[in-house]
This record gives sequence, C-alpha cells and structure tokens, in this order.
Amino acid sequence: MSDIEQRQGALQQLVEELLREAKRQGASAAEAAVSSDAGLSLGVRLGGVETIEHTRDNGLGVTVYFGQRKGSASSSDLSPEAVAETVRAACNFARYTSEDPCAGLAEAGLMATEIPDLDLYHPWGLSVDRAIEMALACEEAARQSDPRIVNSDGASLSSHDGLQVYGNSHGFIGGYAASRHSLSCAVVGQQGDSMQRDYWYTLSRLGEMLEAPEQVGRQAARRTLARLGARQIPTQQAPVLFQADVAVGLLRSFIGAIQGSALYRKASFLLDRLDTRVFPEFVHIHEQPLLPRGLASAPFDSEGVATRAQDFVSDGVLRSYVLDSYSARKLGMRTTHNGGGVRNLRADSGGLDRQGLLKRMGRGLLVTELMGQGVNGVTGDYSRGAAGFWVEGGEIQFPVEEVTIAGNLKEMSMDLQ
Amino acid sequence: MSELIQIANEIILSPAGLGETDLDRMLGELVGQGIDAADIYFQSSRLESWVLEDGIVKEGSHNIEQGAGIRVISGEKTGFAYSDELHFPTLLESARAARAITRGGGSGAVRIQGLPQERRLYAPINPIPSLSEAEKVELLRRVDAKARRQDPRIKQVIVSLVGAHDVILVAATDGTLNADVRPLIRLNVQVIAEHDGRREQGSSGGGARADLHYLLQEERALGFAREAARQALVNLEAVAAPAGAMPVVLGPGWPGVLLHEAVGHGLEGDFNRKGTSAFSGRIGEQVAASCCTVVDDGTLPGRRGSLTIDDEGTPSQRTVLIENGILRGYMQDKQNARLMKTEPTGNGRRESYAHLTLPRMTNTYMLPGEYPPEEIIASVERGLYAVNFGGGQVDITSGRFVFSTSKAYLIEEGRVTAPVKGATLIGNGPEAMTRISMVGNDLQLDSGVGVCGKEGQSVPVGVGQPTLKVDELTVGGTG
Repeated sequence: MSDIEQRQGALQQLVEELLREAKRQGASAAEAAVSSDAGLSLGVRLGGVETIEHTRDNGLGVTVYFGQRKGSASSSDLSPEAVAETVRAACNFARYTSEDPCAGLAEAGLMATEIPDLDLYHPWGLSVDRAIEMALACEEAARQSDPRIVNSDGASLSSHDGLQVYGNSHGFIGGYAASRHSLSCAVVGQQGDSMQRDYWYTLSRLGEMLEAPEQVGRQAARRTLARLGARQIPTQQAPVLFQADVAVGLLRSFIGAIQGSALYRKASFLLDRLDTRVFPEFVHIHEQPLLPRGLASAPFDSEGVATRAQDFVSDGVLRSYVLDSYSARKLGMRTTHNGGGVRNLRADSGGLDRQGLLKRMGRGLLVTELMGQGVNGVTGDYSRGAAGFWVEGGEIQFPVEEVTIAGNLKEMSMDLQ
Repeated sequence: MSELIQIANEIILSPAGLGETDLDRMLGELVGQGIDAADIYFQSSRLESWVLEDGIVKEGSHNIEQGAGIRVISGEKTGFAYSDELHFPTLLESARAARAITRGGGSGAVRIQGLPQERRLYAPINPIPSLSEAEKVELLRRVDAKARRQDPRIKQVIVSLVGAHDVILVAATDGTLNADVRPLIRLNVQVIAEHDGRREQGSSGGGARADLHYLLQEERALGFAREAARQALVNLEAVAAPAGAMPVVLGPGWPGVLLHEAVGHGLEGDFNRKGTSAFSGRIGEQVAASCCTVVDDGTLPGRRGSLTIDDEGTPSQRTVLIENGILRGYMQDKQNARLMKTEPTGNGRRESYAHLTLPRMTNTYMLPGEYPPEEIIASVERGLYAVNFGGGQVDITSGRFVFSTSKAYLIEEGRVTAPVKGATLIGNGPEAMTRISMVGNDLQLDSGVGVCGKEGQSVPVGVGQPTLKVDELTVGGTG
C-alpha cells in the first residue's frame, strides 16, 4: 500500500471513530470530516530567500443530530482525546439548539455510490533548493524586464498535498488526495513620483503544468508597467468591459444570488427568477465538478452526494439554483448536489477575443482591477472601486485609476453585450 | 512565576508534558551563527458560536485550535515551521526545519530569565462559560424579539454570538518568556426589512475583551438589535447615491475605517522597510492636514483591538503615527524594527501559531478636534454624510483605498436630507488625509467588530475617529 493510501486509511479510521463516538453519545445521525494538508511555501525578494515555511494543517469536524436538533464542533488536533472532546462539545449544543424541521443529512439514496478518481494528486517532490531557484528566476525576469521596475514584493512558490475524508451515519465514507502548486510574483514600478504595483501567478494540480517562472515574472512586470501614468476620468455613463480575471467576480456575485442560503432568507436580487431570462440568450453558465485535474473538482459534495456537470444558465435563462439539502428543504425543492458550493464554474466564450471585444465596445472603460466589497446581494446594487484602461476607437488610450463603477446587477446582467 | 505564565503552563505545557528544560533545549536548537532572533509560540484556543435565525436557535459550534509555531530570523529571512502536535520530538524536528533558513547551525544554550510585565488590559478569563447555555439562548431570543418589535416591516433576523478564549506563551532566544490570556466576545444582528416588494438589510453589533455580561450591561445587545433594524428601515427609504467628487462628512466611530485604509496599512513597518508603501521614506514630512493626529494604541482596556503583549511578547503601546499632519512613526514588529534600526512598537501579530508574525494594527484612531459635529455638517453645500460602513481595502503602493457605506445621507445646503443607497468611496491615502478640513470634538471608537485582513491572516482590530470632513472624495453612486 502506498504512503498516501496508508494515510488516507488512517483518516478514514478517524472518521469512523468520530461517527461511532457520536452514536455512543446518543446522536440519531452524524457526519464527520477529517483533513490533513502539508507542504512548503517559500518567498524570495530582491534576489534572496525571504521566508521558508513548512506547513502542516490538520482538522477534524463533526456535526451531530439529535432528531432535528443540531450541534457542531471542530478541532485542529487529531488525537483520540480530541475525538471524544469534540463529539462531546457537539452533542452538548444539541441539547440547547431548537428543533429545525429542515435539519439533517442529505437523503440516503443520494449518497455517491462510486468515487471516480479525478487525477487530483500529483506530489511534486520539489527540493527546497530547486524551489528557490524557480522563485528567483521568476522575480529576476520581472525586475530585469524594464528599468522602471524599481522594487519588488518578491516571488512566492508554494506546493501542498492534502487528504480529506468525509463520512456520515448513512454509511457513506469517501475520501481523496489532492495537490496544489503555485508560483506568483509582484513588483513595483515607478514613473515620476507615483508608484504602482501589480502581480501575476500560475496555479495547477501538477508542478510541471505551471507556467514557466520567467513568463510569470515578465507578465507581472508588464501588468505593473501598464498602470504607470494612470489618471482619473470624469463622472459619466459608459460601457464597461470586464477583463476575464475580474469578470470572475461578477460570476461570484451572481452565484451568491442563486445560492440556497440567500434564497430562503429572501436576501437575493434573483428571488423567484427560476426559469426566467436573467441574461441575454448567448449566455451559458455551467459547472464541471468532475473535470480531471480541475482546481475545484470533487467526486462528491460536502454531504456525500455525487457531483455532476450541470447548467445554471443556458440561453440566458436561469435553469437551476445552487442548493444543498438544508436550503433545498427550506425552499421545498431538492438538493442540486452543491453542498459546499459550485465547482469549476464556467461561463462559455462568446467567440470574440479581447481585441475583438474592445473593437466592438469602441469607447468605454476596460476594467482590470476591482476593489472593496460594495455589492449588495439583497438588492443587486453594485458600487466598487476600479482601475483599468480608457478605450476609444477600440484601442486602449491610457491607464485609469481611482474611479468607481456603479450600477445594479439586475440591469447589468441583462445589458451584457 | 507570573499568574499569566502559570495559566499558560497549566493549559498548554503541562498537559503536553513539556517543562522549562524542554523549552530551553528547543531554544538551544535555535541559536547559532547568523541567527538574529528566534521564538516558539504556543497557543491553545477555544471558540464557541451560536446562531439564532427564524426565531429558532439554529446552530451551535465549538472549535479548538492548538499548536506551536517556531520562527528563526536572520536579517530579512525567516524560517518557519509549525505543528499541532505538542510533542517534544515533533517540536524539535520543526525547530530544525525552521533553523535551516540560515544554513548555519550548531546549537547554543538559552536560559529563560526575563521578568515579564504584569499590566492588565483585560481579565485573564475564559468568557465562554460566563453565561450558561440557557442564558445564552435567552439572550439570543431577547435580541431577536427586540429587533422584530421595532417595526412590522422587519422580516428576517439573524443573531450570532461568539466567544473566544486564547492562551498564548512565547519563549524567545533573548531569554524572554511571556504569556497572555485573551478573552474576546462579540454579538452581531443582521436584519432584512421589506416593504412593497423592496427588501433592504441592516446590521449592527459589538464586543470586547470581556465576559459575556458585557453584552447585558447598558442593554448593549438590545441596542444592537435596535440599530440593525433602524439601519434596514432607513435603507428602505434610500434613493440613489450621488456620483462624482464631493465633500464627504464621516460620522464618528466605525467610519474610522477611513484611517485604517488610508494610512493604517501604509504605515505598517514591513511595507516601509521594503520601500513599497506610498508613505515610505516620509518620516518628518507633512502627510495629512495639520488638524490630524492619528495614533495606534494597543493599551486601551478591554478593547477588541487591544493586547497586553503582542505576539512576540513586546508590551503594546500607544504609537503616534501622524502628529498635527506630520508623519512621526511606523508600526513595527521585532524583525522590521531591527532592519530599520528602530524599536519594536508592540505591533507584531499573527492569526495563530500556524501563521507568520507581521506588523499589524491594534486600535487605530484620530484624536478629537474642536468642531461640534453640527457645524461640520452645516459647512457643506452639497455632499455626503456617511455614518456606517461595511469594510474597505487598500493598495499601499499606489495609496489607493476604498470603503463602502452602509448608511449614508445627502447633505444639501448644510442639512442632512435623504438617505442614499450604499456606495463605495475611493481616494488616495496621502491626498485624502491632506483634504481633511474639519475635525469634530466627538471622538468615538467602534463598538468592537473590526476584522483586519493582511496576506491571508485575520486579526481583531479597533478603529475610531471624531466626526470629520474630507473636502473631496469620489463617491461611487449612480445618481
């Protein structure tokens, strides 16, 4: 048996022990999860090592049900004493919490019956010396690319492997190993009196699939230089093009509004909008939780329910909410297998690349950075700090900073071009 | 032995079978050529939270976090390893891993000797059992009822109650041994009001380093219920916020988020040591209007952002950051202080044993000025009056910062008129501070809700200020 299989077996035993202990203490149902993660994080700056961190994070959590009363507890300690104490704490709460008719595990019939291997585990076996070399090469490429790059926040490389196991009193128990490797770099550029900072990064389940360090460094420098000479623009109404990496934020707000927890609290600007048009026809938003090596892939959700590819929006129409068992019951609906959220969400391309989109917009603001929280999930009111580039005749004219963009997500969604 | 060290011993070291000689031995691994400093940070924390929603006590959860982090510092370099197993051989292994940062080695000897200070800013208690479970449930129900009673339009109420007990012990190679027992409690009320198909939210809350009776005193908990409801009802009447640059009057207390974002982060020692902050190299220069004096003060008794000692064992202090508009100092942990050839200011903090220490804020606020708040509002022809905010964010290199209003009004011809919807305000730190033209006489600190994030680490903080006027800030409204 390989080392990782051995460790997974040990975590599985721990989950089984947590469930047994919960039963011993009188719980009518229970679910437990254990995770163990270890790795290396290192940072370099101005050509030298700055930090080397050996990380090791463990956690166990249990939720118990006494009929419809619920209690939870968690601990960073995986020792046998911690198991008993954690279960006891969870059971104690259940004496005081109220009967909640929607509380409880997901339906037994929905438990995943097979656990596909999603090819998530790729330990890198990187030596500290090699890791330092890569991070240094990344920062060096950024600093060397232009004399206007005057300072650096450094480059960071991190490599982690983790294991997680989940089980419940329906008899479901499943787990998997996964790895995560990343390299990032942030530098500072100067023009006249003002300084600007930007970054770039690469992230993958496999060390070999990361972008080359020099490429990451050069991109960080390019993005930093592009901000120099930024100015404000006058207050006005204008079209806004969200660059792909910040457009993700809009998706996040949208998902937040169709999440069960917001819907049953009537705290969503998309309340009662199922099966209605919320975007123009060309919009298709879907998730792919079973994507091999996907960064958010998982074979089962946080309740042991098998995940599956599904549409949230197709032809611009809202087809499904994002529900777990609890919120589904509150809404009189069924779980959408999204306990723990969405996984590998994707909004399909409309066909045009960035150049094409700029030409189509003609005149407006290309947004490359958003700041602050400013999104009201209840009303859809949207007001955030922004930076980017002013566009005229389909071409970037100059960098823009210290502006806000405001509107309402309901209208912004329908006005998507 | 001091009482705090005794408590830390009982809770952390003894149960793990660790004694003073073990500490000495571990520290002995951390001395050697090229090593400027090293420490071992032990932590044992308990956190309990309760949530009441839809009139029922929906959830209760308990969390335990325990472990030790070992740091070795050499110049600008830090080696770091941590473990949740308080087991001597494991800790020794972590110590060796951390020490590898210097490629040097050899071990030396360390004897712990320093006499720690005994100033008290909060009682060394565990606040979690200060109310029985039944009393906690009763408190949640009373707060829920109070919020709903404010108005029939209040439809949704969520009340959350959190209590935390952190015990820490720091042993360092400079021979110091320090401990702290840190209680922290907090209550939050969130409501949604509905009228004619329109829904708006409001929230309010507070806490302190005290036991849970704090929430019962002066009817504080009920006061949060009232304020959350009031905020939601005001927002039901809100019209579009204006858009563009205009004078902004900020209310006292939590709007001090302005200072936290505009100057706070930019004055943290690590950014200034690296030269990446908009305030780097500007000590002695005018960075704000002369009516502004801003301090970071970790010594305020009982406050959420206060600490008797920081997470390196340095006693907290009151640090003057900006005095009458002149930049006087930065906030330092030991490493950055050493590299900048200055003294640590008691601002070395970390989220847990599993995180590195960084310069962080404690309670950051502006001293009061001379103006009655009414006069400040009356001085504005057309602008915004903002009394509550969500959070903010800053880019310390360009100085750009934002913070988002959650309760604000128009000012027209010197009078507060219509409530307006939430909008994000944006500005440039040093510029915005020089545009402060009136500072009120009504200094308030926030009610104990601040969470500051930096490099993925959260720590509790406080903010505060009197009513003040910024002559120009950009308001991100739609109107």
